Amino acid sequence: MSDHRSSDDIIICEAVNKWYGEYHALRDVSLRVKKGEVIVVFGPSGSGKSTFIRTINRLEEHQEGRIIVDGIEMSNDIRNIDAIRRETGMVFQQFNLFPHLTVIDNITLAPIWVRKKTRKESEARALELLERVGIKEQARKFPGQLSGGQQQRVAIARALAMEPRIMLFDEPTSALDPEMIKEVLDVMKELARSGMTMLCVTHEMGFAREVADRMVFMDRGQIVEEGTPEQIFTNPRQERTKLFLSQIL
Amino acid sequence: MAVSTPPQRTAIPFYRDTRIIAIILQAVFAVLVIGVLWYLYTNMIEGLRRANLLPTFAFLRTPAGFPIAESVIPYDPSMTYGRAFIVGALNTLRVAVTGIILATVLGIFIGICRLSSNWLLRNTATVYVEIVRNVPLLLQLILWFFLTKAFPRVQESINAGGLIFLHNRGVTLAWPATTASFGAWAPWLWAGLLAGAGFYAVRRYQFVRRDRPGVALPWAALIAGTIALLGFVVTRIASGTWPVTLDLPELQRFNFEGGLTVTASFAALLVGLVVYTAAFISEIVRSGIQAVNKGQREAARALGLTNGQTLRLVIFPQALRIMIPPMTSQYLNLTKNSSLAIAIAFPDLFYVGNTINNQTGQAVPVILMLMASYLSVSLLTSLLMNWYNRRIQLVER
Repeated sequence: MSDHRSSDDIIICEAVNKWYGEYHALRDVSLRVKKGEVIVVFGPSGSGKSTFIRTINRLEEHQEGRIIVDGIEMSNDIRNIDAIRRETGMVFQQFNLFPHLTVIDNITLAPIWVRKKTRKESEARALELLERVGIKEQARKFPGQLSGGQQQRVAIARALAMEPRIMLFDEPTSALDPEMIKEVLDVMKELARSGMTMLCVTHEMGFAREVADRMVFMDRGQIVEEGTPEQIFTNPRQERTKLFLSQIL
Repeated sequence: MAVSTPPQRTAIPFYRDTRIIAIILQAVFAVLVIGVLWYLYTNMIEGLRRANLLPTFAFLRTPAGFPIAESVIPYDPSMTYGRAFIVGALNTLRVAVTGIILATVLGIFIGICRLSSNWLLRNTATVYVEIVRNVPLLLQLILWFFLTKAFPRVQESINAGGLIFLHNRGVTLAWPATTASFGAWAPWLWAGLLAGAGFYAVRRYQFVRRDRPGVALPWAALIAGTIALLGFVVTRIASGTWPVTLDLPELQRFNFEGGLTVTASFAALLVGLVVYTAAFISEIVRSGIQAVNKGQREAARALGLTNGQTLRLVIFPQALRIMIPPMTSQYLNLTKNSSLAIAIAFPDLFYVGNTINNQTGQAVPVILMLMASYLSVSLLTSLLMNWYNRRIQLVER
């Protein structure tokens, strides 16, 4: 495993395949992500982009191929799975905040129980993170009392509280009202500029153009094309990419 | 305003006014209900008068004259019917409260087993639930009763580590008992509780003042426990005996000495009610857990929480909110089902009430007292559960 550690690649996916019964959801997906890189994954619905990023922290199990995250091979070994989950934060389309806990308890839950930090230091850290995402004053409220945009920013703070080396975003703005999308994207941009390794499934092309290092276009469980935003937007090589971009831009 | 509004009509004929119609309908309904009840009541009184059986509660102060097999308060046949009734009520409460606690614990355990990824565990739990909830409770009680009757004589009890003895008169358990030095320990216990409570109050006050959450209860419990434990040891050194010991049952010539013995009837009733109700509770637990959005589990797992932590910290607190109302129904069912005790000769409220009725012929007062008793226990349970339910509701907006 030391050969992976020495390389710059923090995520390595090699020929990942996944089936749901007969349905072939991921076909030979291979991708290498460097430390600090921001990757935007996009494509039509049902193209396997969500499934793909969910295999990286084992919310979905892949059946063939290899996934290596921060030098740890994703296998059936529960220790490896837990180790990878501690290194990767995830933000969901539906926020998935814990409705029975206040905002600050949402954020400190995992640091206290998984990282075994004291409540005091976790709360201090949580307040810093809430300040970073711009909603420190909401710390004592319950998720149900916040707007969608605020909830998603709490979800980002919650993931960051575990000090992850990688952040996975699964359509983080798709469930938001238009005027709230910006506040979430601003937080994501700030995060991208701070050097976080990010893998984002999103259709926010403005975001992609501004901060993505690379873009990955997926269709029918395959990576069709990847390249810099510059190249994807101005000169896509594949017809399928061209067609898709013409429909969403 | 460019749009012209129609002139406000103030006078609506009363027979078209929805508010008045609603009140009239209520009144008509109330009159009907009262009329029917009055008719039934006068009819009953008339019938009872002709049979010379006018209801009266005077019998409550006359001696009962019948023995009751087990009682938590002193009782003998020379005491009054009123006393006998209370003995029955306490027996019902004893089986209901113990039953509710045990059924909840067992039900939660089986409910979680039903969702286990372990094939054997999951299917065992399913078989348990499907058998138990599809066989009439009365039949099950009689089965448990005959099972206890099939146990060996006291002298040849089935012995589990010297702590539990099964025999045909019931079950004998090792039980904590206070000793002579308990009085010396009691001040320590109180001091511990007071110190703990004081610490808790001060900490809570500080948390509120600084607007920060924090943990006070575990520390308060630790303080209380430490003082009590210290006193426990000091008392032992000073007086030579532990203030509380585990009273181990010892077999004498005909019976057990020490420990806690419950009768076969009580054991069968308790086990029957617990096993039966736990099957229903486990289904409530299972459905409650499954009703929690699966994104919650994913979010918790993605944060690195283990399966057990996810269940305990994220899933279960949310499932609880869904589970409380149907759980209340099961608690009420258990309490009311305890009246089936009459089939296996456990002297509960209904059994004793029935005996009183047979001896005095005062059916109406006895039935009324029984109904009032069950009703007040049930309403109290509902009240507590509703209060708890409101307390744990989610805060939204």
